[in-house]
Amino acid sequence: MSELLQQILNGLVVGSMYALIALGYTMVYGILQIINFAHGEVMMIGAMVTISAINMLTAAGVELPGPLMLLAGLLIAAPVTMLLGFLIERVAYRPLRNAPRLAPLITAIGISILLQQVAVLIWKSNPRSFPDVVSQQPIEILGASITTVQIAIVVLALSIMAGLLLLVEKTRLGRAMRAVSMNQPVAALMGVNTNRVIAQTFVIGSALAAVAGVMWAANYGLANPTMGFTPGLKAFTAAVLGGIGNLGGAVLGGLLLGLIENLGTGYLVPSEYRDVFAFLVLVLVLVLRPSGLMGERVAERA
Amino acid sequence: MAFLAGDVYPCRSPMNVATVRRPLFLLVLVALSILPFVIQQTLGNAWLRTLDTAMLYIMLALGLNIVIGYAGLLDLGYIAFYAVGAYTYALLNSPQLLPLLSGTGYEGLLHTPIWIVLPLAAFLAGLFGMLLGAPTLKLRGDYLAIVTLGFGEIIRLLLRNLTRPVNITNGPIGINQIAPASFAGHRITSPVHLGSIELSSLHQYYFLFLVLVLCVILVSARLQDSRIGRAWIAIREDEIAAQAMGINTRNVKLMAFAMGASFGGVSGALFASYQGFVSPESFILMESVMVLAMVVLGGMGNIPGVILGAILISLTPEVLRDIVNPLQDRFLGERIVAPDDLRMLVFAMALILVMLLRPEGLWPSRRRKAEFHEADPVVTPGTRAGQHD
Repeated sequence: MSELLQQILNGLVVGSMYALIALGYTMVYGILQIINFAHGEVMMIGAMVTISAINMLTAAGVELPGPLMLLAGLLIAAPVTMLLGFLIERVAYRPLRNAPRLAPLITAIGISILLQQVAVLIWKSNPRSFPDVVSQQPIEILGASITTVQIAIVVLALSIMAGLLLLVEKTRLGRAMRAVSMNQPVAALMGVNTNRVIAQTFVIGSALAAVAGVMWAANYGLANPTMGFTPGLKAFTAAVLGGIGNLGGAVLGGLLLGLIENLGTGYLVPSEYRDVFAFLVLVLVLVLRPSGLMGERVAERA
Repeated sequence: MAFLAGDVYPCRSPMNVATVRRPLFLLVLVALSILPFVIQQTLGNAWLRTLDTAMLYIMLALGLNIVIGYAGLLDLGYIAFYAVGAYTYALLNSPQLLPLLSGTGYEGLLHTPIWIVLPLAAFLAGLFGMLLGAPTLKLRGDYLAIVTLGFGEIIRLLLRNLTRPVNITNGPIGINQIAPASFAGHRITSPVHLGSIELSSLHQYYFLFLVLVLCVILVSARLQDSRIGRAWIAIREDEIAAQAMGINTRNVKLMAFAMGASFGGVSGALFASYQGFVSPESFILMESVMVLAMVVLGGMGNIPGVILGAILISLTPEVLRDIVNPLQDRFLGERIVAPDDLRMLVFAMALILVMLLRPEGLWPSRRRKAEFHEADPVVTPGTRAGQHD
């Protein structure tokens, strides 16, 4: 019983991290219908910058309680990734908005590799350990254990989703986003500054990536320049599973994927095949229900 | 290499084509036959090895060109088919499966001749290509990209982990002691003497690869002009219109996948024979990206362009090594950056810059060029209107 509970808890935690990343994917997809391949790498940069920032703060003699230290690191990393997101949109996507579909996909994969390689140049390719600022002391619940970081991850994923839903449904920017995602030229005719709205979407998505990166690194205790790839792929799967373009769907998809993965490797197949699950789920969803659990119908290639 | 272009010029009479092309073709053949000796004499064996690898990459790039260049489907896991080919050769020409087969009377399978392995590798890789394509072809191109990306990783994971309950792939260590290709009892690794010229194993592999590269070029060029090639291009340019013209888009796209994958399979089998060992580390995502960069840089859909791209990109690591280290020694006094770390950086930059500045690639086909510049204002409508190719 406690083992099952443990697997479920682990699944929820990993799933929440997928959800955090998937929210960024799904926002960008919702507005531009483009898969932002570089999203996983933006997350990686967020994690690496946070580690460097916390190390620098510690070296400078700043003493803060653990969670505040984490927050301080994040406050330094988030602007970096936001700027990065802005630049990526400006350089790799905006000039190609009217090009054949293949073009932005290719620049996206280029940006993704570029970020990885730049990170290798800056931080070297061996893993960096996450500074010891938050307690990894597990809390026991009914025989299963969970750390404070993990609780924070689940809470963050849910509250960020709620925040984004409020943003999209209730604010002026949100209304503009919805308009742009429905029909760009008409939104522009209605007085929406589409370029600005798209840029803002990328910036918000990248800030979320930083949060996800920090939580990922804090949970596993390390980060390296290639850490973004697999979570990126899985978060995309999560977004598709939930229905891409749908914020609630991203979180639902993330949590489900996390659970499937953990229960699957816990009870069905050896853990080496963990990553195979995400892919199988992706293929099954695409075959059986391409619109995902909560999404609208995915149109065929335009 | 104009004879490779595959463009059809209806105005040119057949006699004209023959008289112009045959001497040119022979000239190129002679040049290609002398090339390895010249390279070995002037630049040394390391560059001859690079040349051999470049030939393998040309095959790979031409295969990917069918999927991306002709049919317009972005495949980011292409290297998986290379892996399928490589492991096919490796399993059929090494003692890896001996414990499994000993005593069954099938030990002879472990010395399968290359002329059986090559078609088999092509077939298996093509089969994998269709398996991969089938669930995604009805969906948007972006989904295809990410599914192929995942597929490439899955194949690598399987190769890493297929060691239990039966050890098939030997895990991360990979398969060693792969026998080189042999023809009528002659092992390609033992030197051949033609008069005073000694053909080393590198030379012999060069000629083997050359023959296959020429075959692949021929198949590519003929495919491009065939009914199915025209169907691919139609799908790339407008899928709905192609469907309206009576093209069975699903079958034709599957065909593109299978065909492209089978080129990868052949190249992979040759790679296993040439290298003598295979391991999952040869088939990482970066390799897929590298092949993609070859196709994109050279010019998607244009055979000479893709060949140019493959050559440029497979020479990059060597050139970087010769440039980066001396530069660092000279100006920095110490080596801060390893040239290999810059390699992927250069390829990534190539992908981005080519797409932004010259999306048709360095050496595009005329049609592709027009397609990428659809939105550009036509400067001289009068002269363009009459040109159809």
